[in-house]
Amino acid sequence: MTETWTDAERELANRMRGADIISVRQFTAPDLGTLLQIVERFETVTSPVLQGKVLGALFFEPSTRTRLSFESAMVRLGGGCIGFADAGISSAAKGESLPDTIRIVESYCDIIVIRHPREGAGRAAADAAEKPVINGGDGSNQHPTQTLLDLYTIRRRMGTVAGLRVGFVGDLKYGRAAHSLIEALAMLGNELVLVSPESLRLPPRQREDLDALGGVWSETPDLASVVPGLDVLYVTRIQRERFGDPLDYERVKDVYQVDEATIAPSRDGLIVMHPLPRVLEIHPSVDASPKAAYFEQAANGVTVRKTLLSLLLGVTP
Amino acid sequence: MTADRRATRQQRVASLRHGTVVDHLSPGMALKALEMLGVPSEGAALLGIHLTSEKMGRKDILKLENVEISAEQIEKLALFGPNASVVFIRDYEVVRKVQVELPDRIHGVLRCRNPSCITNHDRVPTYFDVTQRAPTMVRCAHCERRMGEHEFELL
Ligand SMILES: [Zn+2]
Repeated sequence: MTETWTDAERELANRMRGADIISVRQFTAPDLGTLLQIVERFETVTSPVLQGKVLGALFFEPSTRTRLSFESAMVRLGGGCIGFADAGISSAAKGESLPDTIRIVESYCDIIVIRHPREGAGRAAADAAEKPVINGGDGSNQHPTQTLLDLYTIRRRMGTVAGLRVGFVGDLKYGRAAHSLIEALAMLGNELVLVSPESLRLPPRQREDLDALGGVWSETPDLASVVPGLDVLYVTRIQRERFGDPLDYERVKDVYQVDEATIAPSRDGLIVMHPLPRVLEIHPSVDASPKAAYFEQAANGVTVRKTLLSLLLGVTP
Repeated sequence: MTADRRATRQQRVASLRHGTVVDHLSPGMALKALEMLGVPSEGAALLGIHLTSEKMGRKDILKLENVEISAEQIEKLALFGPNASVVFIRDYEVVRKVQVELPDRIHGVLRCRNPSCITNHDRVPTYFDVTQRAPTMVRCAHCERRMGEHEFELL
Protein backbone atom coordinates (compact mmCIF):
# COMPACT_ATOMS: atom_id res chain seq x y z
CA MET A 1 0.00 0.00 0.00
CA THR A 2 2.84 2.38 0.86
CA GLU A 3 4.06 2.48 -2.73
CA THR A 4 0.86 4.07 -3.99
CA TRP A 5 1.01 7.13 -1.70
CA THR A 6 1.29 10.39 -3.58
CA ASP A 7 4.12 12.84 -2.95
CA ALA A 8 1.68 15.23 -1.25
CA GLU A 9 0.44 12.46 1.05
CA ARG A 10 3.95 11.39 1.96
CA GLU A 11 5.00 14.99 2.59
CA LEU A 12 2.02 15.64 4.85
CA ALA A 13 2.61 12.38 6.73
CA ASN A 14 6.21 13.48 7.35
CA ARG A 15 5.08 16.82 8.69
CA MET A 16 2.48 15.23 10.97
CA ARG A 17 4.91 12.82 12.62
CA GLY A 18 5.24 13.96 16.24
CA ALA A 19 2.87 16.90 15.68
CA ASP A 20 -0.29 17.83 17.60
CA ILE A 21 -3.88 18.12 16.37
CA ILE A 22 -5.37 21.08 18.21
CA SER A 23 -7.50 23.07 15.80
CA VAL A 24 -8.82 22.77 12.29
CA ARG A 25 -7.15 26.16 11.77
CA GLN A 26 -3.74 24.50 11.75
CA PHE A 27 -4.45 22.95 8.34
CA THR A 28 -4.34 24.71 5.00
CA ALA A 29 -7.04 23.89 2.45
CA PRO A 30 -4.69 21.69 0.36
CA ASP A 31 -3.54 19.87 3.52
CA LEU A 32 -7.17 19.11 4.44
CA GLY A 33 -7.74 17.58 1.00
CA THR A 34 -4.59 15.49 1.25
CA LEU A 35 -5.44 14.36 4.79
CA LEU A 36 -8.87 13.13 3.67
CA GLN A 37 -7.17 11.12 0.92
CA ILE A 38 -4.95 9.49 3.53
CA VAL A 39 -7.99 8.71 5.71
CA GLU A 40 -9.46 6.80 2.79
CA ARG A 41 -6.35 4.62 2.70
CA PHE A 42 -6.91 3.72 6.35
CA GLU A 43 -10.38 2.29 5.63
CA THR A 44 -8.76 -1.04 4.88
CA VAL A 45 -5.97 -0.97 7.47
CA THR A 46 -6.63 -3.58 10.15
CA SER A 47 -3.08 -4.78 10.84
CA PRO A 48 -1.69 -4.11 14.34
CA VAL A 49 0.61 -1.29 13.22
CA LEU A 50 0.35 0.42 16.62
CA GLN A 51 1.23 -2.68 18.64
CA GLY A 52 3.09 -1.70 21.81
CA LYS A 53 1.89 1.90 21.65
CA VAL A 54 -0.21 3.38 24.44
CA LEU A 55 -2.85 6.13 24.16
CA GLY A 56 -3.43 8.26 27.24
CA ALA A 57 -7.08 9.35 27.15
CA LEU A 58 -7.57 12.24 29.58
CA PHE A 59 -11.24 13.11 29.78
CA PHE A 60 -11.66 15.99 32.23
CA GLU A 61 -15.33 16.01 31.28
CA PRO A 62 -17.35 13.01 30.20
CA SER A 63 -17.82 12.28 26.50
CA THR A 64 -18.42 8.60 26.22
CA ARG A 65 -18.66 8.44 22.46
CA THR A 66 -15.53 10.42 21.70
CA ARG A 67 -13.59 8.35 24.23
CA LEU A 68 -14.89 5.03 22.89
CA SER A 69 -14.13 6.11 19.34
CA PHE A 70 -10.49 6.91 20.18
CA GLU A 71 -10.13 3.70 22.18
CA SER A 72 -11.65 1.66 19.38
CA ALA A 73 -9.27 3.25 16.85
CA MET A 74 -6.27 2.51 19.05
CA VAL A 75 -7.29 -1.07 19.86
CA ARG A 76 -8.14 -1.87 16.24
CA LEU A 77 -4.59 -0.98 15.27
CA GLY A 78 -3.14 -3.17 18.03
CA GLY A 79 -2.41 -0.43 20.59
CA GLY A 80 -3.54 -0.06 24.18
CA CYS A 81 -5.27 2.67 26.19
CA ILE A 82 -4.99 4.14 29.66
CA GLY A 83 -6.76 7.15 31.11
CA PHE A 84 -9.65 8.52 33.07
CA ALA A 85 -13.12 9.67 32.13
CA ASP A 86 -13.98 11.91 35.04
CA ALA A 87 -12.06 14.93 36.33
CA GLY A 88 -13.16 14.02 39.85
CA ILE A 89 -10.74 11.09 39.98
CA SER A 90 -7.82 12.96 38.43
CA SER A 91 -5.22 15.02 40.23
CA ALA A 92 -6.89 18.13 38.85
CA ALA A 93 -9.44 17.64 41.61
CA LYS A 94 -6.55 18.04 44.07
CA GLY A 95 -5.47 21.29 42.45
CA GLU A 96 -2.68 20.02 40.21
CA SER A 97 -2.11 22.26 37.19
CA LEU A 98 -2.95 20.93 33.76
CA PRO A 99 0.65 21.23 32.49
CA ASP A 100 1.87 19.18 35.49
CA THR A 101 -0.77 16.49 34.92
CA ILE A 102 0.25 16.27 31.27
CA ARG A 103 3.98 15.99 32.06
CA ILE A 104 3.28 13.10 34.44
CA VAL A 105 0.87 11.26 32.17
CA GLU A 106 3.06 11.50 29.10
CA SER A 107 5.65 9.34 30.83
CA TYR A 108 3.02 6.56 30.84
CA CYS A 109 2.03 6.73 27.17
CA ASP A 110 3.08 7.55 23.60
CA ILE A 111 0.28 9.89 22.59
CA ILE A 112 -2.40 11.84 24.46
CA VAL A 113 -5.99 12.76 23.70
CA ILE A 114 -7.48 15.40 25.98
CA ARG A 115 -11.08 16.46 26.49
CA HIS A 116 -11.51 19.45 28.78
CA PRO A 117 -14.29 21.91 29.66
CA ARG A 118 -11.98 24.94 29.34
CA GLU A 119 -11.28 26.52 25.98
CA GLY A 120 -7.61 26.34 25.05
CA ALA A 121 -6.87 23.28 27.21
CA GLY A 122 -5.75 21.33 24.14
CA ARG A 123 -3.16 23.98 23.27
CA ALA A 124 -1.98 24.17 26.89
CA ALA A 125 -1.57 20.38 26.98
CA ALA A 126 0.32 20.33 23.68
CA ASP A 127 2.67 23.07 24.91
CA ALA A 128 3.39 21.10 28.08
CA ALA A 129 3.90 17.72 26.39
CA GLU A 130 6.84 16.43 24.39
CA LYS A 131 4.61 13.72 22.93
CA PRO A 132 1.82 14.29 20.41
CA VAL A 133 -1.48 15.64 21.75
CA ILE A 134 -4.90 15.46 20.11
CA ASN A 135 -7.59 17.89 21.19
CA GLY A 136 -10.72 15.82 21.83
CA GLY A 137 -12.81 18.94 22.48
CA ASP A 138 -11.98 22.08 24.50
CA GLY A 139 -15.11 23.79 25.83
CA SER A 140 -16.99 25.52 23.05
CA ASN A 141 -13.82 26.10 21.01
CA GLN A 142 -12.58 23.21 18.88
CA HIS A 143 -13.13 19.50 18.32
CA PRO A 144 -10.93 18.94 15.28
CA THR A 145 -11.47 15.19 14.96
CA GLN A 146 -15.23 15.81 14.76
CA THR A 147 -14.68 18.34 11.99
CA LEU A 148 -12.41 15.96 10.10
CA LEU A 149 -14.89 13.08 10.37
CA ASP A 150 -17.65 15.39 9.14
CA LEU A 151 -15.54 16.40 6.14
CA TYR A 152 -14.61 12.80 5.50
CA THR A 153 -18.25 11.71 5.61
CA ILE A 154 -19.13 14.33 2.99
CA ARG A 155 -16.22 13.29 0.79
CA ARG A 156 -16.97 9.58 1.14
CA ARG A 157 -20.64 10.02 0.22
CA MET A 158 -20.33 12.70 -2.44
CA GLY A 159 -16.95 11.74 -3.91
CA THR A 160 -15.63 15.24 -3.20
CA VAL A 161 -16.13 18.19 -0.89
CA ALA A 162 -15.35 20.79 -3.54
CA GLY A 163 -18.19 22.83 -4.98
CA LEU A 164 -20.92 21.47 -2.73
CA ARG A 165 -23.58 23.76 -1.25
CA VAL A 166 -23.90 22.93 2.44
CA GLY A 167 -26.83 23.94 4.63
CA PHE A 168 -26.66 24.13 8.42
CA VAL A 169 -29.88 24.10 10.44
CA GLY A 170 -30.68 24.49 14.13
CA ASP A 171 -28.53 25.99 16.85
CA LEU A 172 -25.85 27.96 15.05
CA LYS A 173 -25.19 30.11 18.10
CA TYR A 174 -23.76 27.53 20.48
CA GLY A 175 -23.14 24.48 18.31
CA ARG A 176 -19.39 23.86 18.34
CA ALA A 177 -19.50 21.08 15.74
CA ALA A 178 -21.30 23.42 13.35
CA HIS A 179 -18.90 26.32 14.01
CA SER A 180 -15.77 24.32 13.20
CA LEU A 181 -17.26 22.69 10.13
CA ILE A 182 -18.56 26.02 8.86
CA GLU A 183 -15.09 27.47 9.20
CA ALA A 184 -13.40 24.52 7.50
CA LEU A 185 -15.88 24.57 4.60
CA ALA A 186 -15.43 28.32 4.17
CA MET A 187 -11.69 27.73 3.98
CA LEU A 188 -12.31 25.09 1.30
CA GLY A 189 -14.45 27.56 -0.67
CA ASN A 190 -17.85 25.88 -0.21
CA GLU A 191 -21.06 27.88 -0.37
CA LEU A 192 -22.88 27.87 2.96
CA VAL A 193 -26.57 28.34 3.77
CA LEU A 194 -27.27 29.02 7.45
CA VAL A 195 -30.78 28.29 8.72
CA SER A 196 -31.73 29.16 12.28
CA PRO A 197 -34.31 31.01 14.37
CA GLU A 198 -33.41 34.65 15.06
CA SER A 199 -32.27 33.81 18.62
CA LEU A 200 -29.84 31.09 17.50
CA ARG A 201 -28.06 32.79 14.60
CA LEU A 202 -24.33 32.48 14.04
CA PRO A 203 -22.59 34.84 16.54
CA PRO A 204 -20.70 37.96 15.36
CA ARG A 205 -17.32 36.40 16.12
CA GLN A 206 -17.95 33.51 13.72
CA ARG A 207 -19.40 35.83 11.09
CA GLU A 208 -16.23 37.91 11.15
CA ASP A 209 -14.12 34.78 10.84
CA LEU A 210 -16.26 33.64 7.91
CA ASP A 211 -15.86 36.96 6.14
CA ALA A 212 -12.13 37.04 6.89
CA LEU A 213 -11.87 33.67 5.12
CA GLY A 214 -13.74 35.11 2.13
CA GLY A 215 -16.61 32.70 2.74
CA VAL A 216 -19.72 32.72 0.55
CA TRP A 217 -22.74 32.41 2.83
CA SER A 218 -26.36 33.37 3.24
CA GLU A 219 -28.79 33.25 6.13
CA THR A 220 -32.50 32.50 6.45
CA PRO A 221 -34.97 31.21 9.04
CA ASP A 222 -36.83 29.29 6.31
CA LEU A 223 -35.59 25.74 5.85
CA ALA A 224 -38.14 24.63 3.22
CA SER A 225 -37.08 27.34 0.79
CA VAL A 226 -33.43 26.24 0.74
CA VAL A 227 -33.67 22.43 0.85
CA PRO A 228 -34.02 21.96 -2.95
CA GLY A 229 -30.71 23.74 -3.58
CA LEU A 230 -28.58 21.83 -1.07
CA ASP A 231 -26.09 18.97 -1.46
CA VAL A 232 -25.59 18.51 2.28
CA LEU A 233 -27.94 19.31 5.17
CA TYR A 234 -26.14 19.42 8.52
CA VAL A 235 -28.64 19.34 11.39
CA THR A 236 -27.69 20.36 14.92
CA ARG A 237 -29.39 19.81 18.25
CA ILE A 238 -30.99 22.72 20.08
CA GLN A 239 -29.77 22.19 23.64
CA ARG A 240 -32.13 22.90 26.52
CA GLU A 241 -29.23 23.68 28.91
CA ARG A 242 -28.17 26.66 26.78
CA PHE A 243 -31.33 28.59 27.57
CA GLY A 244 -31.67 30.66 30.73
CA ASP A 245 -35.44 30.91 30.28
CA PRO A 246 -37.23 27.59 29.65
CA LEU A 247 -39.88 29.48 27.65
CA ASP A 248 -37.23 30.57 25.14
CA TYR A 249 -36.32 26.91 24.66
CA GLU A 250 -39.95 25.86 24.22
CA ARG A 251 -40.31 28.52 21.54
CA VAL A 252 -37.53 27.15 19.32
CA LYS A 253 -37.06 23.50 20.31
CA ASP A 254 -39.04 21.97 17.46
CA VAL A 255 -39.09 24.70 14.80
CA TYR A 256 -36.99 22.51 12.57
CA GLN A 257 -37.94 18.89 12.65
CA VAL A 258 -36.47 17.22 9.62
CA ASP A 259 -38.72 14.42 8.40
CA GLU A 260 -39.38 12.65 5.12
CA ALA A 261 -41.55 15.50 3.88
CA THR A 262 -38.78 18.06 4.60
CA ILE A 263 -36.27 16.32 2.38
CA ALA A 264 -38.71 15.08 -0.29
CA PRO A 265 -38.11 18.14 -2.57
CA SER A 266 -34.31 17.83 -2.25
CA ARG A 267 -31.83 16.70 -4.87
CA ASP A 268 -31.53 12.90 -5.09
CA GLY A 269 -27.96 12.99 -3.88
CA LEU A 270 -28.62 15.08 -0.73
CA ILE A 271 -27.11 13.76 2.48
CA VAL A 272 -28.43 14.56 5.95
CA MET A 273 -25.83 14.77 8.71
CA HIS A 274 -25.98 15.28 12.49
CA PRO A 275 -23.20 15.19 15.12
CA LEU A 276 -25.52 13.11 17.37
CA PRO A 277 -27.07 12.57 19.82
CA ARG A 278 -30.31 13.78 18.26
CA VAL A 279 -33.50 14.50 20.11
CA LEU A 280 -36.34 15.85 18.00
CA GLU A 281 -34.41 17.36 15.10
CA ILE A 282 -34.48 14.35 12.80
CA HIS A 283 -37.53 12.11 12.74
CA PRO A 284 -36.64 8.38 12.90
CA SER A 285 -38.52 7.91 9.62
CA VAL A 286 -35.51 9.51 7.87
CA ASP A 287 -33.15 6.80 9.17
CA ALA A 288 -34.04 4.34 6.42
CA SER A 289 -33.60 6.92 3.66
CA PRO A 290 -30.47 6.66 1.52
CA LYS A 291 -30.06 10.35 2.29
CA ALA A 292 -29.35 9.65 5.98
CA ALA A 293 -25.62 9.78 6.65
CA TYR A 294 -25.55 10.43 10.39
CA PHE A 295 -24.84 6.91 11.57
CA GLU A 296 -21.96 6.64 9.10
CA GLN A 297 -20.36 9.66 10.77
CA ALA A 298 -19.69 7.58 13.90
CA ALA A 299 -18.07 4.79 11.86
CA ASN A 300 -16.00 7.30 9.91
CA GLY A 301 -14.88 8.82 13.21
CA VAL A 302 -12.98 5.64 14.04
CA THR A 303 -11.25 5.66 10.63
CA VAL A 304 -10.28 9.32 11.02
CA ARG A 305 -8.88 8.67 14.51
CA LYS A 306 -6.98 5.56 13.32
CA THR A 307 -5.38 7.75 10.68
CA LEU A 308 -4.42 10.56 13.05
CA LEU A 309 -3.03 8.23 15.74
CA SER A 310 -0.87 6.49 13.12
CA LEU A 311 0.36 9.67 11.44
CA LEU A 312 1.26 11.41 14.69
CA LEU A 313 3.05 8.29 15.92
CA GLY A 314 4.95 8.17 12.65
CA VAL A 315 3.56 4.79 11.61
CA THR A 316 2.26 4.50 8.06
CA PRO A 317 1.17 1.13 6.77
CA MET B 1 24.40 73.91 23.78
CA THR B 2 23.16 77.51 23.74
CA ALA B 3 20.48 78.59 26.14
CA ASP B 4 18.14 79.08 23.18
CA ARG B 5 18.57 75.55 21.87
CA ARG B 6 18.15 74.17 25.34
CA ALA B 7 14.91 76.08 25.76
CA THR B 8 13.58 74.69 22.48
CA ARG B 9 14.39 71.14 23.47
CA GLN B 10 12.87 71.66 26.88
CA GLN B 11 9.65 72.73 25.28
CA ARG B 12 9.63 69.84 22.89
CA VAL B 13 9.92 67.26 25.65
CA ALA B 14 7.92 69.26 28.21
CA SER B 15 10.83 69.84 30.57
CA LEU B 16 11.91 66.23 30.82
CA ARG B 17 15.55 66.30 31.92
CA HIS B 18 16.05 62.53 32.09
CA GLY B 19 13.54 59.95 31.01
CA THR B 20 11.54 58.31 28.26
CA VAL B 21 8.93 59.74 25.91
CA VAL B 22 6.52 57.39 24.17
CA ASP B 23 4.92 59.20 21.27
CA HIS B 24 2.24 58.28 18.73
CA LEU B 25 0.36 55.83 20.93
CA SER B 26 -3.09 55.00 19.58
CA PRO B 27 -5.68 57.46 20.93
CA GLY B 28 -6.90 56.33 24.35
CA MET B 29 -4.01 53.92 24.95
CA ALA B 30 -1.69 56.03 27.14
CA LEU B 31 -3.30 54.84 30.38
CA LYS B 32 -2.84 51.21 29.44
CA ALA B 33 0.73 51.86 28.38
CA LEU B 34 1.37 53.52 31.75
CA GLU B 35 -0.25 50.60 33.52
CA MET B 36 2.13 48.24 31.76
CA LEU B 37 5.27 50.34 32.26
CA GLY B 38 4.42 51.36 35.81
CA VAL B 39 4.49 54.81 37.41
CA PRO B 40 8.10 55.98 37.88
CA SER B 41 9.19 55.46 41.48
CA GLU B 42 11.42 58.56 41.43
CA GLY B 43 9.80 60.94 39.03
CA ALA B 44 6.70 62.15 37.33
CA ALA B 45 4.51 60.64 34.66
CA LEU B 46 2.82 62.92 32.13
CA LEU B 47 0.01 61.69 29.95
CA GLY B 48 -1.35 63.37 26.87
CA ILE B 49 -4.62 61.88 25.68
CA HIS B 50 -6.34 62.57 22.36
CA LEU B 51 -3.80 65.18 21.27
CA THR B 52 -4.06 66.40 17.70
CA SER B 53 -1.49 64.82 15.44
CA GLU B 54 -0.64 65.57 11.83
CA LYS B 55 0.24 61.95 11.20
CA MET B 56 -2.60 60.23 13.10
CA GLY B 57 -5.40 62.76 13.56
CA ARG B 58 -5.44 61.97 17.27
CA LYS B 59 -2.73 60.40 19.36
CA ASP B 60 -1.67 59.73 22.93
CA ILE B 61 1.71 60.53 24.42
CA LEU B 62 3.37 59.33 27.61
CA LYS B 63 6.39 60.84 29.37
CA LEU B 64 8.20 59.10 32.19
CA GLU B 65 10.73 61.02 34.25
CA ASN B 66 13.99 59.34 35.37
CA VAL B 67 13.09 56.05 33.67
CA GLU B 68 14.67 54.25 30.75
CA ILE B 69 12.36 51.52 29.60
CA SER B 70 13.74 48.14 28.51
CA ALA B 71 13.86 46.58 25.04
CA GLU B 72 11.30 44.04 26.21
CA GLN B 73 8.96 46.83 27.28
CA ILE B 74 9.43 48.58 23.94
CA GLU B 75 8.30 45.45 22.13
CA LYS B 76 5.17 45.23 24.30
CA LEU B 77 4.39 48.91 23.73
CA ALA B 78 3.62 48.13 20.11
CA LEU B 79 0.32 46.68 21.35
CA PHE B 80 -0.82 50.17 22.31
CA GLY B 81 0.24 51.89 19.12
CA PRO B 82 1.68 50.13 16.09
CA ASN B 83 3.30 53.44 15.00
CA ALA B 84 4.60 54.44 18.43
CA SER B 85 8.12 55.71 18.89
CA VAL B 86 10.25 55.74 22.02
CA VAL B 87 12.66 58.58 22.74
CA PHE B 88 15.29 58.45 25.48
CA ILE B 89 16.28 61.78 27.04
CA ARG B 90 19.41 62.56 29.04
CA ASP B 91 20.15 66.12 30.14
CA TYR B 92 17.43 67.43 27.86
CA GLU B 93 19.13 65.74 24.88
CA VAL B 94 17.55 63.07 22.74
CA VAL B 95 20.10 60.28 23.02
CA ARG B 96 18.19 57.53 21.20
CA LYS B 97 14.97 57.10 19.24
CA VAL B 98 13.37 53.71 18.59
CA GLN B 99 10.42 52.86 16.39
CA VAL B 100 8.34 50.08 17.95
CA GLU B 101 7.67 46.95 15.98
CA LEU B 102 4.78 44.62 16.68
CA PRO B 103 6.01 41.00 16.77
CA ASP B 104 3.92 38.15 15.28
CA ARG B 105 3.36 36.67 18.72
CA ILE B 106 2.97 38.38 22.10
CA HIS B 107 3.93 36.42 25.20
CA GLY B 108 2.84 37.12 28.75
CA VAL B 109 1.41 40.68 28.52
CA LEU B 110 -2.29 40.38 27.86
CA ARG B 111 -5.05 38.63 29.72
CA CYS B 112 -7.57 36.72 27.63
CA ARG B 113 -11.04 38.22 27.94
CA ASN B 114 -12.75 34.88 27.50
CA PRO B 115 -13.80 33.81 31.02
CA SER B 116 -13.79 30.14 29.94
CA CYS B 117 -10.23 30.29 28.62
CA ILE B 118 -7.84 27.86 30.30
CA THR B 119 -5.38 30.74 30.86
CA ASN B 120 -7.85 32.30 33.29
CA HIS B 121 -8.20 29.11 35.33
CA ASP B 122 -4.90 27.28 35.38
CA ARG B 123 -1.20 28.06 35.62
CA VAL B 124 -0.90 28.45 31.87
CA PRO B 125 0.96 31.49 30.47
CA THR B 126 -0.89 33.45 27.79
CA TYR B 127 0.32 34.15 24.30
CA PHE B 128 -1.46 35.83 21.42
CA ASP B 129 -0.93 35.78 17.68
CA VAL B 130 -1.21 39.11 15.87
CA THR B 131 -3.85 38.64 13.16
CA GLN B 132 -4.11 42.25 12.00
CA ARG B 133 -2.02 45.42 12.26
CA ALA B 134 -3.34 49.00 12.42
CA PRO B 135 -5.77 48.62 14.04
CA THR B 136 -4.23 45.79 16.00
CA MET B 137 -6.15 42.53 16.40
CA VAL B 138 -4.81 39.52 18.26
CA ARG B 139 -6.03 35.98 18.70
CA CYS B 140 -5.57 33.99 21.90
CA ALA B 141 -3.41 30.99 20.96
CA HIS B 142 -5.36 28.93 23.51
CA CYS B 143 -9.09 29.59 23.10
CA GLU B 144 -8.72 31.28 19.65
CA ARG B 145 -10.83 34.26 20.72
CA ARG B 146 -9.98 37.50 18.91
CA MET B 147 -9.51 40.85 20.64
CA GLY B 148 -9.11 44.38 19.33
CA GLU B 149 -6.83 46.94 20.99
CA HIS B 150 -9.65 48.54 22.99
CA GLU B 151 -10.36 45.18 24.60
CA PHE B 152 -6.79 44.68 25.78
CA GLU B 153 -6.40 43.89 29.46
CA LEU B 154 -3.01 43.49 31.07
CA LEU B 155 -2.06 40.46 33.10
ZN1 LIG C 1 -8.06 32.67 25.56
